[in-house]
Amino acid sequence: MASGPPCAAPGGSPPPGAAPRRRDVGWLGFAPFGVYVLLFLAVPGVVAIASGFFDANGRFTLGNFATLVDSTILTDFVNSIWLSAVSALISAVLGVLVCWALTAARPDGVVRAIVDSASSVFAQFGGVMLAFAWIATIGQNALVPVIVKAITGIDINGNGPLLYSVTGLLFPYVYFGLPLMVLSFMPAMDGLRPQWGEAVATLGGTRLAYWLRVGVPVLAPAFFGSLILLFANAFSSYATAAALISQGGIIPLAIKQQLTSETIVGVANTAGVLALGMVVIMAVLMSLYSLLESRTRRWQR
Amino acid sequence: MTTAAAARVADSVEPRTSGRRPRRSRFGAVPSSTTGTIVLVVIGALFAIPIVALGWFTFTTASTGAFTLSHYAALFDPAQASNYSELFAGIGNSLILAVIVVAIVLVLLLPAMLLAELRFPRAHRVLEFVCLIPITVPTIVLVVGFVPVYQVVQSVLGSDPWTLSFAIGVIVLPYAYRPIQANIGVLNLTTLTEAARSLGASWPVAVWRVVLPNLRRGLLSACLLTISVVLGEFTIANFLGQNTFQTALLLLQQTDPYISAFFAVVSLLFVFALLVVISTAGSIGRPRRKRKS
Repeated sequence: MASGPPCAAPGGSPPPGAAPRRRDVGWLGFAPFGVYVLLFLAVPGVVAIASGFFDANGRFTLGNFATLVDSTILTDFVNSIWLSAVSALISAVLGVLVCWALTAARPDGVVRAIVDSASSVFAQFGGVMLAFAWIATIGQNALVPVIVKAITGIDINGNGPLLYSVTGLLFPYVYFGLPLMVLSFMPAMDGLRPQWGEAVATLGGTRLAYWLRVGVPVLAPAFFGSLILLFANAFSSYATAAALISQGGIIPLAIKQQLTSETIVGVANTAGVLALGMVVIMAVLMSLYSLLESRTRRWQR
Repeated sequence: MTTAAAARVADSVEPRTSGRRPRRSRFGAVPSSTTGTIVLVVIGALFAIPIVALGWFTFTTASTGAFTLSHYAALFDPAQASNYSELFAGIGNSLILAVIVVAIVLVLLLPAMLLAELRFPRAHRVLEFVCLIPITVPTIVLVVGFVPVYQVVQSVLGSDPWTLSFAIGVIVLPYAYRPIQANIGVLNLTTLTEAARSLGASWPVAVWRVVLPNLRRGLLSACLLTISVVLGEFTIANFLGQNTFQTALLLLQQTDPYISAFFAVVSLLFVFALLVVISTAGSIGRPRRKRKS
């Protein structure tokens, strides 16, 4: 591990005006936080990724990367990407609808406070508990499948319990994806100035013209940015899936399997490869996100 | 007639701020309040169904699905207390963790943020970058690194549940950073502290009596969000084999899903109430999130 300065400390970038002697002392104020972040963020992050490059005896190897062409792991990656993409798309479209409906409510009113809070609970707190809720809703003996079967004659748990399959994960994933969409897209929706609507109306434009010429172009970067965020969130989510599926099926569960398996030696290093795979995908997504984010901000000043 | 016309003009000029929407010629993005209400009610109902189903589930018997209160009776039955001891231990552990993680936020993160704001403006970007990393790097990836790191930590500090707080503190950084930074952003802390200093206050006094009181709202949000994240944390505890609220819930779900469902509903509602408090208390005089940088 490199023993450079903690990354929170602004090495070599002192404020130009400050007196040099005092600056050197004040600098140390970053040390506690810097050391903490170094030990518990930088070190684990580096260890996680680096572990993929070593074998069980600590020798450098690229052999672990053979896992990436293993058919189970490939299926898991495909499942993860598919599940994240579909759930993100459904969540995003419905989320836009909610945001649009919310613009009719006062920004500092009770409705907004309730929707914001509920969204935070579902998007960030739920995890395991949302999985329970879905078991109680569409699990084996729950009420909804019974009603659906009575009305349409389709047994949604006919091919084995739906909720315990990767497809079934779509339900809880949309359940925490849509609220995240509301949280991340609402600021952009708030950024639509009423004056723009007035301007279009003054020029004789219809509401359709407003949406096509103003609304959609202004909101598009925010929409795709949020879509990426939703994908990333679903892709990295672990708790809900772990509470529902004990076997593998998506990448976070595969990592769990690799890390806790005691029968095969050196599989912890395979987890490192999978972690690296996730980081690469996340890095691509997040750089796209920050690109779109900077375009979105233009309209929110 | 004139007042009605004036009202209509006022309505159409400022459709956002008036309570009523203009009836006839709507324009712009805002839906009619009927459409808005319908959308919100329908999606709200869809979101309520699983929670209601979960609540209802705690009142049903396993075999027939008939109404019963026996699961709640079991919760207060001393003879069955041992069934739930793990859960209560997990809740206790999570509460201890919440306290320590809040302390980490206040003792480690907050001073660094204030230092960056008051003395080293260029450190801002580094600090923001660091605090947002845990969003970009999935917890599950960090956990792959935490497992070997904690083999060292446990040999130094022991393997008590509270040691998890260091790992969870990292996950919490984005949630703690944002509300505090949003609050700092709307204040001019440099001017405030310079004023305090020119009136003779020392640095500690200026921070304690001028800066911190002004940051009360951001700090409150940060602490409450931190608590909700810690109580909801599952991944790290699961991988490092510690008993916390979430892992205990999952374990209990296999033996007594009813009580586990009950605690799930209660904690969801509790955190919801917590957040409603934040957002209603915070909205007075606080700019909405769109102004957050």
